Amino acid sequence: MVIALLFIMVFFQILTGGILFKPMNVTNLVLQNSYVLILGVGMLLCIVTGNVDLSVGSVVAFVGAVSAVLMIDMGMPVPLGVTITLLIGLAVGSFHGFFIAFLRIPPFIVTLAGMLIFRGLTMVILKGQTKAPFDKSIQNIAAGYLPGDWQIGGLNAIAVIIGILLSIAFVISQLYNRAKKKRYDFEVLPLGLELLKIVLVVGAINALTINLAAYNGIPIILIVLFVLISLYTFITKKTVAGRHIYALGGNEKAARLSGVKTQRVMFWVYANMGLLSAIAGLVVAGRLNAATPKAGTGFELDAIAACFIGGASASGGIGTVVGTIVGGLVMGVLNNGMSIMGVSVDWQQTIKGLVLLAAVCFDVYTKSRSSSR
Amino acid sequence: MAQPILEMKHITKDFIGVRALSDVSFTVFDDEIHALVGENGAGKSTLMKIVSGVYPHGSYEGAFYFKGEECKFRDIKDSEAAGIVIIHQELALIPYLSIAENIFLGNERARQGIIDWDDTVVEAKKLLKKVGLQENPNTLIADIGVGKQQLVEIAKALSKNVRLLILDEPTAALNDEESNKLLDLLLELKNHGVTSILISHKLNEVTRVADRITVLRDGKVIETLRNSEGEVNEDRIIKSMVGREIVDRYPARHVPIGEEVFRVEGLTVYDPTNEERAVIKNVSFYLRKGEVVGFAGLMGAGRTEIAMSIFGRSYGVHHKGVIYKNGKKITVHTVSDAIREGIAYVTEDRKNYGLVLINDIRTNISLSSLKSISRAGVIDEEKETTLAGQFRDSLKIKCAGLDQRVENLSGGNQQKVVLGKWIMANPDVLILDEPTRGIDVGAKYEIYTIINRLAAEGKAILMISSEMPELLGMCDRIYVVTEGEIAGELSREMASQENIMKIIMAHQRRERQSLAG
Repeated sequence: MVIALLFIMVFFQILTGGILFKPMNVTNLVLQNSYVLILGVGMLLCIVTGNVDLSVGSVVAFVGAVSAVLMIDMGMPVPLGVTITLLIGLAVGSFHGFFIAFLRIPPFIVTLAGMLIFRGLTMVILKGQTKAPFDKSIQNIAAGYLPGDWQIGGLNAIAVIIGILLSIAFVISQLYNRAKKKRYDFEVLPLGLELLKIVLVVGAINALTINLAAYNGIPIILIVLFVLISLYTFITKKTVAGRHIYALGGNEKAARLSGVKTQRVMFWVYANMGLLSAIAGLVVAGRLNAATPKAGTGFELDAIAACFIGGASASGGIGTVVGTIVGGLVMGVLNNGMSIMGVSVDWQQTIKGLVLLAAVCFDVYTKSRSSSR
Repeated sequence: MAQPILEMKHITKDFIGVRALSDVSFTVFDDEIHALVGENGAGKSTLMKIVSGVYPHGSYEGAFYFKGEECKFRDIKDSEAAGIVIIHQELALIPYLSIAENIFLGNERARQGIIDWDDTVVEAKKLLKKVGLQENPNTLIADIGVGKQQLVEIAKALSKNVRLLILDEPTAALNDEESNKLLDLLLELKNHGVTSILISHKLNEVTRVADRITVLRDGKVIETLRNSEGEVNEDRIIKSMVGREIVDRYPARHVPIGEEVFRVEGLTVYDPTNEERAVIKNVSFYLRKGEVVGFAGLMGAGRTEIAMSIFGRSYGVHHKGVIYKNGKKITVHTVSDAIREGIAYVTEDRKNYGLVLINDIRTNISLSSLKSISRAGVIDEEKETTLAGQFRDSLKIKCAGLDQRVENLSGGNQQKVVLGKWIMANPDVLILDEPTRGIDVGAKYEIYTIINRLAAEGKAILMISSEMPELLGMCDRIYVVTEGEIAGELSREMASQENIMKIIMAHQRRERQSLAG
């Protein structure tokens, strides 16, 4: 899928006459897509269990509305307002999780109900109107940049330095992992491919940071994203909790008979989705600088599409956080590229649909070829 | 002299990197039952998939002839049109359709796409009569047992005017009575002009019904034996299958039996789908250190239910009874309780209940022991890999690497992965439910050796098996379970197939009398 992403990027870079990778547009790409990526991370866990969460778009709107009431109408200080908002997101997720895990209602139905319930409650709270404006600091989450004006050759120094540090960290971790895998006779990429991968990723990191540096520096939301992605990659790959989610998705009965507390795992996966929806809700509210009844419409489908384009399996047990991010970016670049080119919204939808279909076909095809190991 | 109906000539089939069949030639005659035996991975299923068109013409080398004509099947439809029907180990029936609907699925009694239900039911009745199944054709498949489902599969095959019937392990999930019925049916079909190829691990069944027996090993035909009186016995076939003589099918064990470690008193459990009905009735038994104890009984006697009820109440509702470990009463209400108390349960159904098939060997082995190899919820992968590697070596799991998916392992190796998972959990009490089901003779011997080693380490082992010779060969003591009760207990000296059957019969007689009285 990374190859598809690169292809799409080059494709639009040419078609848009080089606008796609202009510093301002790269920054825009990050800002525009942050919410899909945040939701995608949570959605991935739901999909790994073999289910989906249809309610996230509505929960995004609901959380935005609640935060507007707390911080605009009631004038609550921002830290307290944000904390309460996140807790409400967690509560909403737990509400779904309770029905799914303990009453064994199929997640599709529970979250379909959630989608209606929380969209409705959003309208009730907002009385059909838009609430604005938010405090500057809320706007900054979605649209602000790291402070500091130190420049190197016209570039924001902090961004450049962060890029270099990340590159070094990446190279070290890759080589370390490779050595470890070799020690246990695990399959490793041929050295040439491994080096190519490292060069590409380092290139991508620095291209991103230098591009950002040429505009306004590092967006704060990028830091939030980086922390979330790292955290959830760690959880899914290295922790007992992550292992339990994959085991549950791969074979629930076997997982239960192996001592995995399957109900509890299901509960927390959906509670977590609520929490991430709340984060995404705050980001959306900050970006629009308003809470509106229509916020977040269709977000659940963007998040689900990101997971599937990123290689997650609809039957559960398979999928990675990084894959989901790549999938989300594929959608993001498509949106952005087509908008720059002036493709009408109707055609954008059609093309996105076709790409989703093609991506999953490609995935199924490559899997059927490689699974005979 | 009978005519050949199926002739295989120099069939060779390669998968990526593996030669599954190499120059296989053999002939099946008209109106015979031809058994195909061999260890797992010998190539039996691959061969039959070629015959039935699952692997289309062109994907293999060589040729085969059916009724004298060369077959170039593109798919199963072609082979069925020619009169070859294969019945797979995993039955291909739709549970929520009726018997009649299943029989004519894909072959509906219809005119211009509109189904003639009267005709369907009438024809289905005729076919059911032929296979000796007394059921209403409108009964749902989900409501009849596996043995009867097997008969429905055969009725379905008959509806397609089958000439050659291929059965892949048809009796694997059947009890003795059902198996006998099925084998009798094959004999009867033979008299009505239906030739059968029978693939089976159960050599006693093979010697009972087969006219000739072809042995496959490592993708090659070793020999075809004529099953005439006195010449072929099970040992003779085993020798040919494994390429050496197995002197003793059960390795000897010299382990002193220690103190009692585990005791169940008065276990009573009710059916989760019918909470009035007690499935397990007042069951009490004990296990000692280093002892291998067997649960004998017919299929459906409630042995698995007892084991799963003990294992963290994984089965049933309204549990009553007390469980003691080392003389102390313990609480095991969940699987994690059971694991903490040192109880492990190796399921009879490894694909559905034992393994996460899409995951690799390493993560499957460690799944029940993640607590012991993690700190603050973070898994120590080095430790995990080292331990999994140790189990791979000590259990002789044949694999490309620990990161191989378990779905690509053979049955015997999958079983070893499940065993490895529970040995890693380091239990004191190990319940093995049909530990050698569906695995070949060589792997069985290895599993027995592992069981003996665990007993020698001082674990108490409860072994559930439907193969009586296996229980007699392995166990120090045998409990006979029937209808959810323990009907008797036999010491090693007293244990014999006759005594076990006597206990079961006596118990059933008593039940009937008490019902009548």
